Amino acid sequence: MAKMNMLQAINNALDIAMAGNERVLCFGEDVGAFGGVFRATSNLQQKYGKDRCFNTPLVEQGIIGFANGLAAQGSFPVAEIQFADYIFPAFDQIVNEAAKFRYRSGDLFNVGGLTIRAPYGGGIAGGLYHSQSPEAYFAHTPGLKIVVPRNPHQAKGLLLGAINDPNPTLFFEPKRLYRASVGEVPDGEYQLPLGEAEVLKEGSDVTVLGWGAQMEVIGKAVDMAEKDGISCEVIDLRTILPWDADTVADSVLKTGRLVVTHEAPLTGGFAGEIAATIQERCFLYLESPIARVTGLDTPFPLVLEKEHFPNHLKVYEAIQDSVNF
Amino acid sequence: MTTTKSKTVYTPAFTDGSEYRIPTFKLLKQDGSLYKGGKAPDIDQEKALRIYHAMVTTRILDERMLAAQRQGRLSFYMQSTGEEAAIVGSAAALDDADMIMAQYREQGALAYRGFTIDEFMNQLFGNELDYGKGRQMPVHYGSATLHYMTISSPLATQIPQATGYAYGQKMAGDGQCTVVYFGEGAASEGDFHAGLNMAAVHRVPAIFICRNNGYAISTPASEQFAADGIAPRAFGYKMDVIRVDGNDILAVYQATEAARKLAVEENRPVLIETMTYRLAAHSSSDDPSGYRSKEEEAVWREKDPILRMQHWLKNCGWWSDDEEKELQERLRREVLETMKRAQKRPPPPLDSLVSDVYDEVPPALQAQYEKLKAHIRKYPDEYPKSADHVIGGA
Repeated sequence: MAKMNMLQAINNALDIAMAGNERVLCFGEDVGAFGGVFRATSNLQQKYGKDRCFNTPLVEQGIIGFANGLAAQGSFPVAEIQFADYIFPAFDQIVNEAAKFRYRSGDLFNVGGLTIRAPYGGGIAGGLYHSQSPEAYFAHTPGLKIVVPRNPHQAKGLLLGAINDPNPTLFFEPKRLYRASVGEVPDGEYQLPLGEAEVLKEGSDVTVLGWGAQMEVIGKAVDMAEKDGISCEVIDLRTILPWDADTVADSVLKTGRLVVTHEAPLTGGFAGEIAATIQERCFLYLESPIARVTGLDTPFPLVLEKEHFPNHLKVYEAIQDSVNF
Repeated sequence: MTTTKSKTVYTPAFTDGSEYRIPTFKLLKQDGSLYKGGKAPDIDQEKALRIYHAMVTTRILDERMLAAQRQGRLSFYMQSTGEEAAIVGSAAALDDADMIMAQYREQGALAYRGFTIDEFMNQLFGNELDYGKGRQMPVHYGSATLHYMTISSPLATQIPQATGYAYGQKMAGDGQCTVVYFGEGAASEGDFHAGLNMAAVHRVPAIFICRNNGYAISTPASEQFAADGIAPRAFGYKMDVIRVDGNDILAVYQATEAARKLAVEENRPVLIETMTYRLAAHSSSDDPSGYRSKEEEAVWREKDPILRMQHWLKNCGWWSDDEEKELQERLRREVLETMKRAQKRPPPPLDSLVSDVYDEVPPALQAQYEKLKAHIRKYPDEYPKSADHVIGGA
């Protein structure tokens, strides 16, 4: 075990993947000798050479199109999009190509080796274009997997899981936690399962569900609620698509209440999908309406970021409202 | 149906286009004298000093605001150091009512148009007077009165938009054109191709100015494209193109002036590649020591575009050391005083969170806003930027 921050854990996962399989390649804008603007790919070019870790021209649609081709050929591309906000020029390559490669060819061809890494989320004074959480756009696309880690240990295990998963996977990294989140990470190779939520804390009064950086926010809110005598069950969804409805439903059948939180706007956010499924599966057990604590239905602001943000106070209030409904 | 008018040959002859090398247009040597055979554009003293003033303003603003960022007074900053001639020189050759669509490093064009230091500061600090209402990161300026489209961070998106804007100008017959700036890195985006191809097909009055400054963050131009710069791409679109020494204020001015004539009088879009160097870091978040040498930077410091213009002004008898000293001191003082003023101003009001998403706030968003206000009333100490405003009754 070693203490690592999330960037080091991601770098370590990439290192292990490249060492273990020479068909794993890492590329994107500034990821080569410089090691990426956040340094997630530090020293990989030095270690594995320019053919396996390299800078691309500045063209996101090209990066993902290129990665699709590589994956179809049997390689394991790990493509970096510098910020999740800049993934949209590649939307066509992800939504119409990566997600449908296997289906449209009757499984003659697939891009299962593809992993797309992108830092997402707010809280870093990034304004409109360095703060977005675009997971819901992609969650509407069958054929993709979407994974979001909450800490260094999870980041390493889930990223290795994503690289080795035989489906194209989007791996959204909570950049606010890149250096802020530090924890023990096992040294060697390990994989954490995709498609499985994790119950972080058992409780009886209310289920509080999130993913990625929101798990830290939930932690603070739950500490406040527990001081009020509310017993919270905390779940990290970890994989947005395909998502683990069983674990969430089992929890809500027990607690009768659900609070879901994400940074992305309310309308069309993934919390809506969760709420619809859970009310279907737990209707007669629900003690209060499923609450969503999210960003406003606006672009991500700058100066008033704190007001916009679904912070621990807003989550705490939602827990209170849910229990006192 | 094929549209080529090519000759037929009977052996497989390939070409990579390298038989035609695009030359670089220069007028001004570093000592302020003209190259032999070069003729200075028709710029009078007043105009020359307006250009110079904008360049020096930009340089000082960049120096002071990076320092302010380092002191923690500002969240972020981007300098344009070394590229002032490419930016101001081209803006100066336009009509002041021509549309400018910039990338994010073209504060010099705004300074030339008359954006005040107060206006720069209000955006940088995102205060209540920021035209963008504190929503975007620093340096995302915009001014409707100065015909300067508000900056968007995603790269190259402004390029096809410039083509569309220029088409609208052509339809309106208003005699204006659109000038769009972008870096050599952004030129790799698909939007570059879309924008230039459509401009050539639809014959729009647009000028595409590439600031080839050598780097896209850490990525050198040599890893961005295999070709000889950006200029040769114009051939593929059948677009007029010129490559200019971007640190040469007179060459940039003259090239842009001529390009504007082609664009406005003949609806011929033009690509201008200005060869320059990003002397500063990409942004305050970047440290170039990780990817390039001090020696390389030093070579380009010797080609300082502002000093080059200063030498020329002095050769013309239009500028003196005393005037230089006075200008520098005055601008430094003004920047500092203005910064203090802007920093003290309150942030935009809370309702700026929900306005302008649409022309009117939709009911669902209004409900979210009411809920937010109730929340802030309950926890006023947690929201110092907006609590007074909410409790004040807005």
